[in-house]
Amino acid sequence: MTSTPRTLYEKIWDAHVVETRDDGTSLIYIDRHLVHEVTSPQAFEALRVSGRKVRRPDLTLAVPDHNLPTTARRDAAGKFIPIADPESAQQLEALTRNAPEFGVRLIGDADPEQGIVHVVGPESGFSLPGATIVCGDSHTACHGGLGALAFGIGTSEVEHVLATQTLLLKRSKTMEVRVEGKVGPGVSAKDIVLHICGQLRASGGTGYVIEYTGSAIRDLSIEGRLTVSNMAIEHGARAGLIAPDDKTFAYVKGRPYAPTGEDWDRAVEWWKSLATDPGAVYDKVVVIDAADIAPNVTWGTSPEDVLPITGTVPAPESFEDPSKQEAARKSLDYMGLEPGTPLDQIEVQNIFIGSCTNSRIEDLRAAAAVLKGRTKAPNVRWAIAVPGSGLVKRQAEAEGLDRIFIDAGFEWREPGCSACLAMNPDKVPAGERCASTSNRNFVGRQGPGARTHLVSPAMAAAAAVTGKLTDVRTLA
Amino acid sequence: MQALREVEGRAIPLGLKNVDTDVIIPAHWLKTITRDGLGRGAFEALRKDPGNLFDSAEFKGSPILVAGDNFGCGSSREHAAWALLDLGITAVIAPSFSDIFSGNAFKNGILTVVLPQEAIDRLMEVAQTDPIHIDLEAQTVTTPFQDRFEFEIDPFRKHCLLNGLDEVGLTLARDTAIATYENKSRAELPWLAKGTGVAA
Repeated sequence: MTSTPRTLYEKIWDAHVVETRDDGTSLIYIDRHLVHEVTSPQAFEALRVSGRKVRRPDLTLAVPDHNLPTTARRDAAGKFIPIADPESAQQLEALTRNAPEFGVRLIGDADPEQGIVHVVGPESGFSLPGATIVCGDSHTACHGGLGALAFGIGTSEVEHVLATQTLLLKRSKTMEVRVEGKVGPGVSAKDIVLHICGQLRASGGTGYVIEYTGSAIRDLSIEGRLTVSNMAIEHGARAGLIAPDDKTFAYVKGRPYAPTGEDWDRAVEWWKSLATDPGAVYDKVVVIDAADIAPNVTWGTSPEDVLPITGTVPAPESFEDPSKQEAARKSLDYMGLEPGTPLDQIEVQNIFIGSCTNSRIEDLRAAAAVLKGRTKAPNVRWAIAVPGSGLVKRQAEAEGLDRIFIDAGFEWREPGCSACLAMNPDKVPAGERCASTSNRNFVGRQGPGARTHLVSPAMAAAAAVTGKLTDVRTLA
Repeated sequence: MQALREVEGRAIPLGLKNVDTDVIIPAHWLKTITRDGLGRGAFEALRKDPGNLFDSAEFKGSPILVAGDNFGCGSSREHAAWALLDLGITAVIAPSFSDIFSGNAFKNGILTVVLPQEAIDRLMEVAQTDPIHIDLEAQTVTTPFQDRFEFEIDPFRKHCLLNGLDEVGLTLARDTAIATYENKSRAELPWLAKGTGVAA
């Protein structure tokens, strides 16, 4: 036992050290590994070539999500509809072949539980507080909303984890981002994290693991916490963490892979002990007043390019840093925006509600609450709602949310990553704008030439109704 | 993995900040199940410009890339590293790198060199006309004009790069330590050892 006060991150880290080497790197045990079709084929192939096996198939869960079409997967007769894109089909085939070959459980494209890995993990109880969780996807930080140390890895690391169930890591620096106070009406978890992206800039968290603390974070539901932690990578932090509490335990309890019986009691006892000790020191602390957070939208091509919806498109000269000025000029050129334009006057032609950031039941409820009794504006050409998983989809349908979306002019889709990164057929056309609940507004992210404005689910719904970026607070 | 001791040649003076992985290799190139051939999709949006650096007679095939802050931010796709390798780039010099990208680069034998912005500015200038030399053993970047910049690198990464070592093989040799940890964890945190329930 150590008497030095430790942070949540340090406690999880210490519990997972297999061994530490002289140079300060540690071999860290990985409790849960999520695998999808895009970043795993080359890892399985490498194992095959070298005659290696998966060390712990029981700690690995495979789910296709990135390039599955979100249109109907079976025809009226229940027959599977083949995937038109041969390369997407090939990646799905590879996962469908690799998982059983290496003894890994696969939630396949036809399974009712299929969904985005970062939705399926928490929902199934596979992702647990205090666990180390990795996936070949940078939004793995998401699971930190449960109090898990979760981060994205590359394909070589996927191979490393498959073969050894460990990763060689250097301890990160720690940052506390404390959001105190109560957020105003119309301000969601997404607005909180977009605000943090603006404060920390795209690289402010590089080298750190961020623990989000404060009353505004504690007040969030688990869905909201997953949304905040999901975007830790958008300010450069490989992992985000939120201390597990009674809300977390209530969320996890009873899920298919969650501990039961005596295991459950021991787990809760351990999870409670993980909270950062009084007197523990973070390497950096950032304090944010929740009252300063408005419904936010992005105007540029980095998540740091974010402003309250009440703002105007900034002039490149307004930035101090010359390289940021240049970047802002390029962004505005790509986005087709003029400085000084009020953000709430920007017309959008596409609406995307979905992604690992905002496709959980609470997100769909928030959007539906705005859409109820309304329809999309005539200039909105394409609006889709893509539930994060089959279970979320059925829950939404049981609540009648699908009818609200459809009546408002939305397409109600099958689960997957969809237009967040446009690897499947869901793309935003070049030159058109999309109010999107996803996590990245990078150049070409939603399709070549597509212009993305990141917003919360309620804000995306508001934009659908008016046909332009809209302050949801003005829609009574 | 190929051993890497020195990188010598022309450097592509890209200079941009926050070069994200969607810029390095757009998502529609990720539908491959091999590691080869991604150079065709590397920097696709930038290379639509006929006057782009990557395809110019002067810089095509250059082994070094000089960039701004936060290079490789965004997704965890290792395809970004594979795309650079396929273009012939084996070293990137920038003031900072995203954590995930620098790990991916290292695991594919690409050297990421961190230097302060002043040094980057100078190298951007030199790169216009002359080659740059990186010596991993000595941890230096030098130019034909007597510029000499020293850089830091993690000793383990340096060792692996210099010798072309495979990290999976190195860790598999630690099997006893891993098994010892698993036994201890199974006793102390038993629920963590129970995953999906398939046979271990």
